[in-house]
Amino acid sequence: MNIAREIIWPIIAVIAAFVVGGVVILILGDNPLAAYSLLLSNSFGSFRDIGWTLHYATPLIFTGLAVAVAFRCGLLNIGAEGQLYVAAFAAAWVGITFGGRIVDVFGTKEDWSLASLPGFLLVPLCMFAAIAAGAIWGAIPGVLKAKFGSHEVINTIMLNFIGIALVGYLTQYHYKVPGDPIQQTAPIGEAAQIPKLNEFLGFLPYDVPLNVSFLLALLMCVLVYSFLWKTKWGYELRAVGENPSAAEYGGISTRKQIIIAMTISGGLAGMVGIGEVLGKEHEFESGFSAEWGFLGIAVALLGRNHPLGVLIAALFFGVLLRGQIFVDAFTPRVSKDLGWVLQAIIILFVACFQIYTRDKGRSTAV
Amino acid sequence: MSEIFTFALLFAAIRSATPLIFAGLGGLFSERSGVINIALEGMMLAGAFTGAVVTFETGNPYVGLLAGMLSGGVLAFLYAIACIRFEADQVVAGMAINFLMIGLPSLVSGAIYDSAGSTPQIDKADLLPNLLNSISIASIGAFCLVPLTWYVIYKTPFGLRLRAAGENPGAADAAGVKVLGMRYVAVVISGLLAAAGGAYLSIGQSSLFTISMTAGRGFIALAALILAKWRPLPVLLACLFFGFTEALTIQIQGVIKLPSGEDIPVQFIQMIPYVLTIIVLAGFIGTSRAPKALGLPYRKEN
Repeated sequence: MNIAREIIWPIIAVIAAFVVGGVVILILGDNPLAAYSLLLSNSFGSFRDIGWTLHYATPLIFTGLAVAVAFRCGLLNIGAEGQLYVAAFAAAWVGITFGGRIVDVFGTKEDWSLASLPGFLLVPLCMFAAIAAGAIWGAIPGVLKAKFGSHEVINTIMLNFIGIALVGYLTQYHYKVPGDPIQQTAPIGEAAQIPKLNEFLGFLPYDVPLNVSFLLALLMCVLVYSFLWKTKWGYELRAVGENPSAAEYGGISTRKQIIIAMTISGGLAGMVGIGEVLGKEHEFESGFSAEWGFLGIAVALLGRNHPLGVLIAALFFGVLLRGQIFVDAFTPRVSKDLGWVLQAIIILFVACFQIYTRDKGRSTAV
Repeated sequence: MSEIFTFALLFAAIRSATPLIFAGLGGLFSERSGVINIALEGMMLAGAFTGAVVTFETGNPYVGLLAGMLSGGVLAFLYAIACIRFEADQVVAGMAINFLMIGLPSLVSGAIYDSAGSTPQIDKADLLPNLLNSISIASIGAFCLVPLTWYVIYKTPFGLRLRAAGENPGAADAAGVKVLGMRYVAVVISGLLAAAGGAYLSIGQSSLFTISMTAGRGFIALAALILAKWRPLPVLLACLFFGFTEALTIQIQGVIKLPSGEDIPVQFIQMIPYVLTIIVLAGFIGTSRAPKALGLPYRKEN
């Protein structure tokens, strides 16, 4: 009964969003059914489709978990985007600096590295760098909220602008191969790369970039669940989210939990950098994120801030991300911005339907 | 230094502050009534987009401004339904409105102009005109709005009821104030004003709409509102302060050099208003007191 109530409202929210989105498509002069069938029918037909869908879902599992952990503590982390940018750059920086990267600068070879570590050291170091950078970028608004009471929403938004500008500067002025027209760093050392799944699974086509970070994402779902519901720390974190004054009365430091939650949240968002830099691009590129940090908010809300829900919601958005490419290409008028609109309406409906699920949502006011 | 601090800088500061003043005063109405308005950014974008489209189509910036404001009002009404009728988490619903206005304008402009990135360029003669040197008529409007808001909020029965709805809705209700009605009106006013600020960006300061052209100004206006402790005259000063720094960052570009003689990288210049917002929030929020019922849905007790 309880589970049914958990599931029914998110589903209604999605259907309602599609109805509203359909009206928008109709007004714009396209056929909503045609657009929706393009959106939904290119995701499961073959191993290639499934592989791409899971690939699109992977960063959203990380950011969805990130937003969910913060939400469980009564915080809205809109900064996952900035956190994953900073993290991806950190992973690339370690991959270049400790990966023995030799760069070809207009014909002369330059050694940009300090060391050339073997993969079994370099990969964990890169992963640590990504998680740490994301965690620090997440901890800043946590500390600001705990110490000064300034609102995490505004601060995370500001830190998105700052973080993206900062790594943009580092890329453009310090880590871009001179002459490269694209705003991207030099490639990471080969030892820093993590394997794609098609190296083990023969049935996945060579062009599917799905990599082992997907397995890391699944692992994180389990770990986040265990942390939140099976440990004392998780209990304290949730207690602050449910009722901060009661938690404080029960001897839990709200301020400490706020900082912990934002740090974990940032670290989870930072893991996006692992899959994208070490697994797919093998370099950091400005503008590499398809707004995954913001999509994570929709994923978390739709998934009711539960790791299993986050996983399901991320797969659903993976389908949409895969499909919107086809919508963009094969409908005359509707562009892929439809994704933003659907996402916004889903969030709005989920927020409105909370009145029926009778859970309080977040309880910390501004 | 003298080449930086000039009258041109003052005018630039006023131009930069104009959209913030509209949005900040808009936020003041909403938040004084008890509804957080993190959706100012989205409402500004609605005004900017609709303003640009209608001005381009009609060639009349005043019609464009009005249409832009109207679109912000409609969006605000939607937001109000979510927050007031459905008691949705106001911050979550507000972000949904912001996301909607990232996607919807490019979806619509992609469909009607076949260009999702921006709307067509508006003829210079069709933009909101400048009076006195380089001060836009919209800037003058923004400055006039400050005493008007002050008068409405503090000197009229409407303002008294609005403040009561945000401070002590239970008592206000008992005294016969329609708390929910007041909040609906306040949120819609905030949408109209924020959208006016947005429209100024697309049909005053520039001559077209581009995706997310507000670039966080809605949030900066919110920070200004907090800095101003939710009072109209300080809102003006806080917005001028933020506008001044924005203008300054534009002016020092290429003028002030690093010790090495190179230009300051543009990314650092761009960061300044955002860093400043964080510092200001951290430094002043402790001393400012929000309306007591801010963010709390109101339900009549049975």
